[in-house]
Amino acid sequence: MNDMTILNRRSFIIGVVAAGSGLALGLDIPFGPDSAHALEAGPEVTAWVVIKPDDTVVIRIARSEMGQGTMTGLAQLVAEELECDWSKVTTEFPTPGQNLARGRPWGNFFTAGSRGIRESQDYVRKGGATARTMLIEAAADEWKVPAVECSAANSVITHGPSGRTTTFGKVADAAAKIVPPKEVLLKDPKDWKIVGKPLKRLDTAPKLTGQHIFSIDLKLPGMLLAAIKDCPVFGGTLKSFDAAKVMGMKGVRNVVQVGNSAVAVVADHWWEAKVALDALPIEWDEGDNAKVSTASIAEFLKGGLDAELAFVGNENGSAKQAIAIAAKKVQAVYAYPYQHHATMEPMNATALYTADKCEVWTATQNGEAALAATAEAAGLPVPKCDVYKMPLGGGFGRRTANDYVVQAVAIAKQMPGIPVKLIWSREEDMTHGRYHPTTQAKMVGAFDADNNLTALHMRISGQSIIAYVAPQGLQNGKDPAVFQGLNPAGPEGQFGYTIPNLLIDHAMRNPHVPPHFWRGVNCNQNAIYVECFMDELAHAVGQDPLEFRRKLLVNSPKHLAVLNAVAERAGWGKPAPRGIYRGLAQHMGFGSYVAACAEVSVSDRGALKVHRIVAATDPGHAVNPALIERQIAGSFSYGLSALLYGECTVKDGRIEQENFDTYNVLRIDEMPKVEAIVMPSGGFWGGVGEPTIFVAAPAVLNAIFAATGKRIRQFPLKDQTLRTA
Amino acid sequence: MLHLSINGSPHDIDVDPDTPLLWAIREWVGLTGTKYGCGIAQCGVCTVHVDGVATRSCSFPVSAAVGTQIITIEGLAAKDHLTKIQQAWLDNDVPQCGYCQSGMIMAVAALLKEKPTPTDADIDKAITNICRCGTYQQIREAIHAAAKASGSGL
Repeated sequence: MNDMTILNRRSFIIGVVAAGSGLALGLDIPFGPDSAHALEAGPEVTAWVVIKPDDTVVIRIARSEMGQGTMTGLAQLVAEELECDWSKVTTEFPTPGQNLARGRPWGNFFTAGSRGIRESQDYVRKGGATARTMLIEAAADEWKVPAVECSAANSVITHGPSGRTTTFGKVADAAAKIVPPKEVLLKDPKDWKIVGKPLKRLDTAPKLTGQHIFSIDLKLPGMLLAAIKDCPVFGGTLKSFDAAKVMGMKGVRNVVQVGNSAVAVVADHWWEAKVALDALPIEWDEGDNAKVSTASIAEFLKGGLDAELAFVGNENGSAKQAIAIAAKKVQAVYAYPYQHHATMEPMNATALYTADKCEVWTATQNGEAALAATAEAAGLPVPKCDVYKMPLGGGFGRRTANDYVVQAVAIAKQMPGIPVKLIWSREEDMTHGRYHPTTQAKMVGAFDADNNLTALHMRISGQSIIAYVAPQGLQNGKDPAVFQGLNPAGPEGQFGYTIPNLLIDHAMRNPHVPPHFWRGVNCNQNAIYVECFMDELAHAVGQDPLEFRRKLLVNSPKHLAVLNAVAERAGWGKPAPRGIYRGLAQHMGFGSYVAACAEVSVSDRGALKVHRIVAATDPGHAVNPALIERQIAGSFSYGLSALLYGECTVKDGRIEQENFDTYNVLRIDEMPKVEAIVMPSGGFWGGVGEPTIFVAAPAVLNAIFAATGKRIRQFPLKDQTLRTA
Repeated sequence: MLHLSINGSPHDIDVDPDTPLLWAIREWVGLTGTKYGCGIAQCGVCTVHVDGVATRSCSFPVSAAVGTQIITIEGLAAKDHLTKIQQAWLDNDVPQCGYCQSGMIMAVAALLKEKPTPTDADIDKAITNICRCGTYQQIREAIHAAAKASGSGL
């Protein structure tokens, strides 16, 4: 690219803070005159807090920001304990390389599983409290008074007896030299002033004017652009390509093999690379997977529904025995399809390789894994590599994988000294995803003669994410993540219902399509299976779905509380507006308790409209209720997209859907009114980005049943008829 | 060499005339506020104004833009100011990841020019851009807020 514009200064502050000295330095890449001193010097009080002489507070954020608001929430947690002026807070992202070089002071960078806040709240708050203690001590030292006589508020330190004051900026240099205290006390949540408040996000303004530099927007001097095609069949390889056919095309600089299954064209501009790639003759060796289809996968999974061997996830009593002697038995089989993340920003990464260094700029949810992937692909030691985390145009779990990073490095390695930005076309993105796993479930419920539920057997058959992503995480072959929301206990999803005889087991069946974490992960289908079947059970014995659940949730007060909250707000049990029908669902996962009541109508011709969703979440502590409300609304948009349209079908071993024309998603006209109830009960820390998505589909499906009497057990709804006549 | 007028500035670029306007704007001119999302005019993240009309630039050949006035998100507001749409977006804390918002704002600007006080039905019909974070509820509120905001223009 010849057309460099002045770089946005803020975007290059990402990850450029030097280790050790506390002085911030610019990257050693020539970014042009404006960026030579990208960061003003400012003392680092703790790894989390830099304070500049003008009192600006720079809070370091280790987790990735992909729209979920974690960056703002984490800054609130640090600022609360720091006692700083919120209006002076800015943020920056340290790099994974710096984290490693300094002994991981910023902990885990992994940003998935709604963990950003719940799994770092303790140490980031301590980082803020430690810095405050050091700042106060520095002021006390200067005044030669006991530190206990001093206090901090709003970035001002006051000596109580004399009334003397100073600011954080004035004592930051001295504070940085003080030995940090070993122990700090964290505030009682009732004393929070910044945490728990609906503060505005810190990163909105540049998103309104086109100034927010996403990974795909990065410009480096002399940078070339790459377009790529990987074998359309997962597991297939690249047989041959005829580079000579396209080398003379406008802008083309190189045609390179990438790994054993892909080929990329490198050009002056991405569009030129894409045009040449489309003209490039390529032959694939598609392998045996080319025989696989959606139908063959469904048949494969069906075999697991009655298989002898299965991993047990949750068991009490003897469900099979109780079912055998039941007065009444109810049975249903459900199935959940592959789905694509469809982040708005397609996968991309920029890599610069030289003989002794490899650097990557990319949008990742997994900075440290991206660094490891970079080093491996570059064939260099980790300390000679680094990854600069760029803002993400959506993540939803997709960007926890680093396949695109590996590709970018593999291309750059073949063109040393030249930065190469690899951008996937939407078609490449959609056909080379890491998909929501496909599963089926056979649900069997048993009642005694008095219509008491005596047993539930839930047999899941299907794909394990962990077996593909991290097989070392299997426990004697079992994937514990399959049972999210179905576990006897624990933050990753406690099954709330008390049933005398319960068996939840999993027959693992892994097709060749790569599965991955996908917003809500396994709770998505598990909540549908359980909550729709609970409705079926209630209906089978003529009981109200709310009352039926309430009886079974007697030992799960937090599950019950969110369910009751939505029922009350939605007016469950009271007449709905004419033509409107209601459905309920509750679930627990990623540390939080969630429930929803959906209101829908279905026309005579089968047209569904979701009018209103009342959704409740108990995440323990609510760091920023306004951002939580937005995550709740967003989770319903994502969850209803999945329910209405989300399906990737497989033909000849490859994904058939290539773009939004065949993989539709929710738009504004179908977005229901979402009323969020944020009801933190305290005492624990739950996630926010995902949990409410679990109840989106089952609440709507149960409402559809109320409207039509139809049980939909195959998805998405676009393939089903809701017509009643 | 093609001659384009973008945000009131002239640009002479050496580009194949079939190249989509999107890539001419992003890579030849260097304005990256306009995004790539689908390449087939489905998602709307590439929306710009061509002679005042909201246009999905990923499927609009650059040659067809010659002689027109192109406005991108970078040129929507006067320097150092926000339009009332952008202000409403700020006040309502609309964006999540923000990737779709350039295109959203450009689409909404065209809508408000045509219908200064759109109904919910008008919004449903006109705003077909995709947001995967699901900011639709905030977008709707912000459109109504912008429509109510005093002052002329966008």
